[in-house]
Amino acid sequence: MDESQTTGQGTDLPQIFQDWFAERGWQPRAHQLDLLARAHSGQSTLLIAPTGAGKTLAGFLPSLIDLYREDGLRRKPGMAFFGPHTLYISPLKALAVDIARNLEAPIREMDLPVTVETRTGDTPAHKRQRQKERPPDILLTTPEQIALLLADKNAERFFNQVKTIIFDELHSLVVSKRGDLLSLGLARLFRHAPEITTIGLSATVANPQDLQAWLVPQNREHGEVSEAGLIEITGGAKPDISILETEERLPWAGHTALYAIDNIYRQIKEHKTTLLFVNTRFQAELLFQELWRVNEDGLPIAMHHGSLDVGQRRKVEAAMGTGSLRAIVATSTLDLGIDWGDVELVIHVGAPKGASRLAQRIGRSNHRMDVPSKGILVPANRFEVLECKAALDANYIGAQDTPRLHDGALDVLCQHVLGMACAAPFQADDLFAEIKTAAPYADLPRATFDKVMEFVATGGYALKSYERYAKIRKTEDGTWRLTHPRLAQQYRINVGTIIENPTLLVRMTSRKNGRVGRGGRVLGKVEEYFLETLEPGDTFLFAGQIVRFEGIRETEALVTKSAADTPKIPSFAGGKFPLSTYLAQGVRNILSDPKTWNSLPDQVAEWLEIQKARSVLPGKRELLLETFPRADKHYLIAYPFEGRLAHQTLGMLLTRRLERMKARPLGFVATDYALGVWCLRDLSSMIRRGELSLDALFDEDMLGDDLEAWLRESFMMKRTFRNAALISGLIEKRHPGKEKSGRQVTVSSDLIYDVLNEHEPDHILLQAAWVDASTGLLDIERLGAMLKRVKNHLRHMSLDRISPLAVPVMLQIGKEPVFGSADEMILAEVAGNVSPLDDLIEEAMRL
Amino acid sequence: MALAEIIQDEVPLGSVRLTLMGQSFVALPEGVLYWPDEATLIVADLHLEKGSSFARKGTFLPPYDSRATLGRLERLIKSLQPARIIALGDSFHDVAAANRLGTDECAVINLMQQGRDWVWVSGNHDPYPPEALGGRACDELSIGPIIFRHEPMAGAKGEIAGHLHPCSKVRGRARSVRRPCFIEDGTRAILPAFGELTGGLNICNDAFSSLFEQPDAICIHMLGDRQIYSVSPSHCRPDRRG
Repeated sequence: MDESQTTGQGTDLPQIFQDWFAERGWQPRAHQLDLLARAHSGQSTLLIAPTGAGKTLAGFLPSLIDLYREDGLRRKPGMAFFGPHTLYISPLKALAVDIARNLEAPIREMDLPVTVETRTGDTPAHKRQRQKERPPDILLTTPEQIALLLADKNAERFFNQVKTIIFDELHSLVVSKRGDLLSLGLARLFRHAPEITTIGLSATVANPQDLQAWLVPQNREHGEVSEAGLIEITGGAKPDISILETEERLPWAGHTALYAIDNIYRQIKEHKTTLLFVNTRFQAELLFQELWRVNEDGLPIAMHHGSLDVGQRRKVEAAMGTGSLRAIVATSTLDLGIDWGDVELVIHVGAPKGASRLAQRIGRSNHRMDVPSKGILVPANRFEVLECKAALDANYIGAQDTPRLHDGALDVLCQHVLGMACAAPFQADDLFAEIKTAAPYADLPRATFDKVMEFVATGGYALKSYERYAKIRKTEDGTWRLTHPRLAQQYRINVGTIIENPTLLVRMTSRKNGRVGRGGRVLGKVEEYFLETLEPGDTFLFAGQIVRFEGIRETEALVTKSAADTPKIPSFAGGKFPLSTYLAQGVRNILSDPKTWNSLPDQVAEWLEIQKARSVLPGKRELLLETFPRADKHYLIAYPFEGRLAHQTLGMLLTRRLERMKARPLGFVATDYALGVWCLRDLSSMIRRGELSLDALFDEDMLGDDLEAWLRESFMMKRTFRNAALISGLIEKRHPGKEKSGRQVTVSSDLIYDVLNEHEPDHILLQAAWVDASTGLLDIERLGAMLKRVKNHLRHMSLDRISPLAVPVMLQIGKEPVFGSADEMILAEVAGNVSPLDDLIEEAMRL
Repeated sequence: MALAEIIQDEVPLGSVRLTLMGQSFVALPEGVLYWPDEATLIVADLHLEKGSSFARKGTFLPPYDSRATLGRLERLIKSLQPARIIALGDSFHDVAAANRLGTDECAVINLMQQGRDWVWVSGNHDPYPPEALGGRACDELSIGPIIFRHEPMAGAKGEIAGHLHPCSKVRGRARSVRRPCFIEDGTRAILPAFGELTGGLNICNDAFSSLFEQPDAICIHMLGDRQIYSVSPSHCRPDRRG
């Protein structure tokens, strides 16, 4: 759609609004008016626009005008209660707060009779209580609060006057379990107020129709998908993105990109305000530290990530808002649409992992559509150079690689059913019909729904021994009712789908006479699993300084100031996003086509040339496999480019099979690009003598029995199950400050998992965990697609020594978790040791 | 050849021999202790009917814990053919637990007791073990230099106890592994909990340090999938919480 501007005359825009635009020297944009017209005719709509297009104002305009016109009509004297007119739902608390601030201006300036309030987990209890009695016209809130309000006994009264619901950052909501829960909530909202118009605001996505369906009630009896309308703004200047040029030596592995620190600093100096994106908190801390090391001009450079103390974050946000910062190092906490003022340059440190993700992040610069955003990519290692190049190409042609939506999660459905029982007694048929109007659950089989009902009632076990303890029970009138009010309270405490990693507060204290003191400032919080890798006395980077870990006291990690110069670098620093399939294909294309190499840095081109001479580069469809000996072990390196998660799963399955084929595998390591397995037996000669068939090794059938057998013991599966157990309400969440001390009273989900696996392997929660794992932590879907693709396209090279392409993954051995070892190996290795890998590079690059 | 006969001659694969007050015992990877000279099998903290105990409060743990626990015990008894079985207390998760046991489970218990001396040592969860299920109940039991009781006592010698559900955690290069374990120092031992769905207390907890007076003599025997891993306490890490 063309981004022409209009005066707003002859449209739905009242004079007072036209004047307001005019006074500011603005004109309403075409898409704003278009959305307004559609909303007022009752058509739900998805608005896809890049940042800076005035998306938020577009979303609220229909409501503001409606409320302006209805003034006086809505609130009749003597009316006991009137509910909110508009709900605005965003995935981020901060976003709700930010929007409230932005709405204030037009409301005040036009003197509109509109009240706006936020309601999040941070809202004080008394205010939340008051909001239930006297809600604002526009309620800005989060998916969890909607679930809570819907489970309230007065939910219908509260919601039945809602006219409009605005979903912000819909592209990010719909791919998570929060999105599933919200879709079920939306189904219930449509029941309370059938005339609701929905407005979805989204960044550009690959499949808008998925989001359009999400916004409206479904009825799939006849196989048709209902969809909201679509307004898509594709205009705007193309972003100007480049890969950082450097004279420095490009690293072979790692995620820090510190080689480029001087170049990055120079860019910051040359631009007014720079936003630096990294993938993880560790990268943020390290980059921030190193930038200050070279910051000889004392430029105001700040850092922002989710683990920092809230007060600290607010300070940084405020400073950014007033334009007093020159640069800010940030993680994905800033991915979403918070307004950060005038960012001139976005530097992405580390590979972006997805073309759409890159576009969204680069879009943070120059918050005006007509001026091109400027971005620089800083690859952290050689493979990332290829990935950045692929992302750049994708960006040039505007390719999107956001994922398709999956079916709604069953653990979320379990939670929702209990919530609905808390609200009011229900007929199972009615609830089932309502649930099927939610797009993610539109194809839910009745049998599955019935299993969910049984799960909620008594745990859903084949052995019916818990009938007398049921949580919900069918009564004589055919309705299902909660058996005890205490359960509603329990539901409220456990609502939501965000399972946070257990974290500890990090408190800075001092040492006196060799003893660690008590008091001190809280710097933020850090995951428990990170602390597990530390010994007292170890140093790490946190909140921009090097601190010394002293130990744990209750729920706090105590640290002191450290004089150390170099902190311990965390072993796992790669970030959680897997490389998108689209970019993976892009990387394979570059590798297979030497003609494209001239646009790569010399060092990378040389690396590939030597690989070509010493081994081979895989064709677009091929899977390259290399075998070679090193020290007393034999390595098999595969290059699927399917992301670390899929590679880990593949590694587990391969080691199982190699074990059976008597190759005596010892372990493996996975990166985003490659996978290395090492064995005691000579793989090359086993293959030569026909004792080992690579075709058989990589056959798709590994996703059958082998996968099932392995899954039963997989700790990743256990972690997935734990989330399902918590979300479904099988076990309760841990609440800060309420942990049991001493002997564990809660039952660990691992134990439940083991018992279920043995005695009821088709239990609904195991099913739910399996589905999650196949798309999530184990990425089985992707692995399956890869195995299918490479069937009959394996390219094996038997080498006498390590190849250049193998260096990055070989360097990760000992740094990344070694999954082949599993629990048993860790136990066995406590007394053992591992020989270091050195001189790898020289060995690989020697012709 | 029955496992019990093998044990007379050598320690079976995956098990370790340990000596308490001069008496020789075998710790099996299943988490039980066998005393060859007395043909006695010792098992701690079965916590039968823990699942239904939680279900009463609305947490629907899988209702298979009792049958799973008893199934594993039955297999051990079949291969060891012990003359005596000592259940070291907390055999039942609560005082009403025995009444909730299914008929199948009761039958398994009766079958296991046939021709054997079966001793229910009382525990804090089951102060009055149900003799109606067969076997005899007592608060403590002494055999030679060894005394069996549920809750370990400070300063005790020759004591074999349960109650604490010892677990230990060791660290690999990338993450740590936490497993149930035996803890002993040649004069006393504490067994891991045998019951399904039973959690564990880290051996770095203060509850252990007051019991083992000579830290240098402590041995930790962690349960692997099919074998026991004996590790030095210096390798064991505390839990970060709880």
